[in-house]
Amino acid sequence: MHPRRKDQHGWRKFKSAFISLSTFVAAVLVITPLGLVFFHLLVNGASSVSWDFFTQLPKPVGTPGGGMVNAIVGTLQLLALGSLIGIPVGVLGGVYLAEYGSARANSMLRFIADVLNGVPSITWGVVVYGMVVLRFKGFSAYAGGLALGLIMIPLILRTTEEVILLVPNGYREASLALGIARWKTIVHVVMKTASKGIITGILLALARIGGETAPLLFTAFGNRFWNHDLSQPIAALPLQIFTYAISPYDDWHRQAWAGALVLVIGIFCVNVLVRILTRERARSSA
Amino acid sequence: MPASDPIVLETRDRTTEPTPDSEEMTLTFEVKNLSIWYGEKRAIDAVTLDIPSNAVTSIIGPSGCGKSTFLRSLNRMHELVPGTRVEGTVLLLGENLYGPSVDPAIVRRRVGMVFQKSNPFPTMSIGENVTIGLRLNGVRDQKFLNERLEKSLRMAALWDEVKDDLRKPGTSLSGGQQQRLCIARALAVEPEVVLMDEPCSALDPIATAKIEELINELKTKYTIVIVTHNMQQAGRVSDYTAFFYLGRLVEFGPTTKIFTNPSDRQTEDYITGRFG
Repeated sequence: MHPRRKDQHGWRKFKSAFISLSTFVAAVLVITPLGLVFFHLLVNGASSVSWDFFTQLPKPVGTPGGGMVNAIVGTLQLLALGSLIGIPVGVLGGVYLAEYGSARANSMLRFIADVLNGVPSITWGVVVYGMVVLRFKGFSAYAGGLALGLIMIPLILRTTEEVILLVPNGYREASLALGIARWKTIVHVVMKTASKGIITGILLALARIGGETAPLLFTAFGNRFWNHDLSQPIAALPLQIFTYAISPYDDWHRQAWAGALVLVIGIFCVNVLVRILTRERARSSA
Repeated sequence: MPASDPIVLETRDRTTEPTPDSEEMTLTFEVKNLSIWYGEKRAIDAVTLDIPSNAVTSIIGPSGCGKSTFLRSLNRMHELVPGTRVEGTVLLLGENLYGPSVDPAIVRRRVGMVFQKSNPFPTMSIGENVTIGLRLNGVRDQKFLNERLEKSLRMAALWDEVKDDLRKPGTSLSGGQQQRLCIARALAVEPEVVLMDEPCSALDPIATAKIEELINELKTKYTIVIVTHNMQQAGRVSDYTAFFYLGRLVEFGPTTKIFTNPSDRQTEDYITGRFG
């Protein structure tokens, strides 16, 4: 053996080990924040998550106890309002991109959707504030839902388009060859085949906006009480967490931790649901 | 060079052909001077051809000769490719398929199609796959649907194999069964014609034999036009054969004549395997 060759061999082995180790460290760093978030939330928030938290309204300052039921319900209401805008527009727009539009119009639409996906969420809050809150002279659940819906549209649009393009053309042809109209083919054959993927896209969009705070600051505004009038300011979990976390009261801090824990668990559950759905899809298409 | 004048079937010449009891042959399709363009490219060049009823007509020719395009022009499926243009006429039992007020969906209901790759809908059961064409065209009567389901599966020679599994997914069947399911699905809307685009090219010999046997049975009720790459298959299943080359119809006639005594040199070269 040449001595130089042996040297090179050792150097190669070192480089290989170095790269392996670097990627391993990076992988650990990816997982660490999730672990830290869960650990921190559990340590600080678990003790305050109680039955009362899910059933009671916030108590006045200085009074111990109370919960965030209004914020939990408010967040669900805002998600529902956002979905009313985001799901139909996003899904139909995605179907248009995948099934109808011309190549040129499509590349433009796709570009616009990608730009919209990159718009900071607080911008949506400001835009809706200018367009709705100022015009109707008041913060409202509607305004908050609109801001969230606008964020959902490009997210759902792109995932819907992608899963619809994955449907093999043979199914469209088979359906059209039976004399089934184009729109019925798209609804009953193409979208049905892609339905799990579409639902997955919707759930991911909901998980994304469920924790949005910035777009709600100037729109839904938050509320310490029950509100069943959607034209009035409404509570939302992220807003309540924000308000409580920057307050000077220890009791409110504990509530904020608990709220954050509930929010993260909720979003985590949606993501688990997505995993289950996508796993079934992979299995059935195999 | 391709023959300048396509040879058109002389309907009165057919004394030895499959329906000896009828003097006059009925024609399902009368194609006159049909040309089809994809954008600038002419895929079919002035084809004139009559397709007889209740018989199997096979279309053969080398890859890219326009045989699939021709087949698809018979139920206007080629229109799904953007930028197609058609000249000439195609008459289905005397009616122009390309008339200005003709809905392609109606054409496709009358002229069914089976594809190269079996494509049962993955979200639907065996039964749903068969009845989907009827259901999406507005049929609600469950009794009627069930009757048609059994009838179609029987005609596709699949009923005995799947009658206890109608609720299982269509994609759970074997390749040959899936193709017969697709045939049943096409038959359920009661078309007058069944077009088949290389229906056996993805199947093993046993499954192929079953489909060919089925084609032979179906021709008593349907007119069948089949595109095939397999010369032996054309010889086995068809009554008439059309040979296409470079978008033109080179020769058309009874299969026995095309295969034993072709009039055109190119047909002979292709059939004997000298090119293609």
